[in-house]
Amino acid sequence: MKIGYFPGCSLHATAREYAESLGVITGPLDVEINEIDDWACCGATSAHATNHLLGVALPARTLALAAEQGHEQILAPCAACYSRLAAARRAVDNDPATGAAVEKAIGRSVGTARPISLVRLLAELAPKVREKAKRPLEDIKVACYYGCLLVRPPELNDLDDVEAPTMMETVVKATGAKPVSWNRRLDCCGGGFSLSRTSSVVRLSRTILEDARGAGADVLVVACPMCHSNLDFRQKAIARRSEGGMDIPVIYLSQLVGLALGQDHVALGLGRHFVSTASFISRIPGPREGESAAATEVG
Amino acid sequence: MSIPESAAPATLAGEVRRKTGLNPATCYQCGKCSAGCPMAVETSLRPHDVLRMLQFDDREQLLSSESIWLCLTCETCTARCPNSCDPARIIDCLRETALNEGAAQPPRNIRAFHNAFLKQIQRSGRLFEMGLIMSYKMRSGALFADVMAAPGMLGRGKLALAPSRIQGLEEIRRIFDACTRHESDSTSTTTAQQNPGTEGAENA
Repeated sequence: MKIGYFPGCSLHATAREYAESLGVITGPLDVEINEIDDWACCGATSAHATNHLLGVALPARTLALAAEQGHEQILAPCAACYSRLAAARRAVDNDPATGAAVEKAIGRSVGTARPISLVRLLAELAPKVREKAKRPLEDIKVACYYGCLLVRPPELNDLDDVEAPTMMETVVKATGAKPVSWNRRLDCCGGGFSLSRTSSVVRLSRTILEDARGAGADVLVVACPMCHSNLDFRQKAIARRSEGGMDIPVIYLSQLVGLALGQDHVALGLGRHFVSTASFISRIPGPREGESAAATEVG
Repeated sequence: MSIPESAAPATLAGEVRRKTGLNPATCYQCGKCSAGCPMAVETSLRPHDVLRMLQFDDREQLLSSESIWLCLTCETCTARCPNSCDPARIIDCLRETALNEGAAQPPRNIRAFHNAFLKQIQRSGRLFEMGLIMSYKMRSGALFADVMAAPGMLGRGKLALAPSRIQGLEEIRRIFDACTRHESDSTSTTTAQQNPGTEGAENA
């Protein structure tokens, strides 16, 4: 399977480990990802909150480039990037006036490439994940955190249900780990206010972390660099205002899949988080006997 | 969806309707949007208040309100609205309108963030996070916030030290120009303002 790849700005920097883990798992899952040449930032919240056309035109240029470079599908691992690409796709497809304004602004034909989130891609590949899993994660309890932009607004939802999605849980079950049942998996973490209104992020992310902890989760799994940053990087600040501390590792879905595939935790970028993943990793047994460890394959 | 000009009087609700195809009059104030809004505890106007004020054409208070800038666009209101009013899209439209009319009063830090973010894209086509942080600090005055985080970010290899500039940078700048022009054109046709902000995003 060949697919275009839009890393977005975060996967080249603060979410480097998301890109690293993706690079490690695509091979064993028989997916070839090709980074779209000369992509630009999707504009995220700052574009759509201040200029609607800009918020559509920036991601539309990436859709156009992907089509020009021969891709029918674009993998956007960042939930915000996915959402902006999907919003551009929808605006161009459903509203001829916006479509015309966008094509005039970008000076290109938008083409027909469609974005896909990593959660959907992995959910579709779940049987393969199960088949290739070399290391049982049976004792690991996982809180699947969806956040906002993979499921909302409903017309851009890439998953199976707006209020009760199951795709992350499908992937987690394929790794052998146990998804826990909890309440805050669709709540907002404070998203783009990480720098500009940290107090809101601390308030919202604390509720999420406390609920995950209350549900007995060993680890929180995410598929968005902004959610990750708010829940991992900000967890220290959150713990200061929370009884009994926090200390819940927050990892990307691709990292969990990588662990199940027997990949090395360093190659998966599990050492790059602010909340240590060491104690969580130490609980994972080695690869099943009689099977060659993929960890040795990647060095 | 296009609305005939005659159906859109010179009210803020009419303007929203023309720009978004959404009709604020369809809100029947059930409050489900505000019940699920994660920012409702911090804002003076909750989503259903915003819709109500649109129905009353309370233009000045709405466009100058801080609350519209505290919306995270988590889209919970839009997902749960039983009458498809799409408050999140309407709030985006109000922010943009407020900027174009020079009425916007976002909190300083949020204004600084949007401004710094968009400047980064104009400068290199991609977000250079280190540059964003520095630029945001200068604009917001929050010089010492998170300074202790920098070594941790660098040690984890999470901060690029130099921006990566895309080939099509000129193209990106043209997109910014075209979108800014487009929005100020569409504002001037409805509000009959002589000199609407030509740099809406820029002034954020």
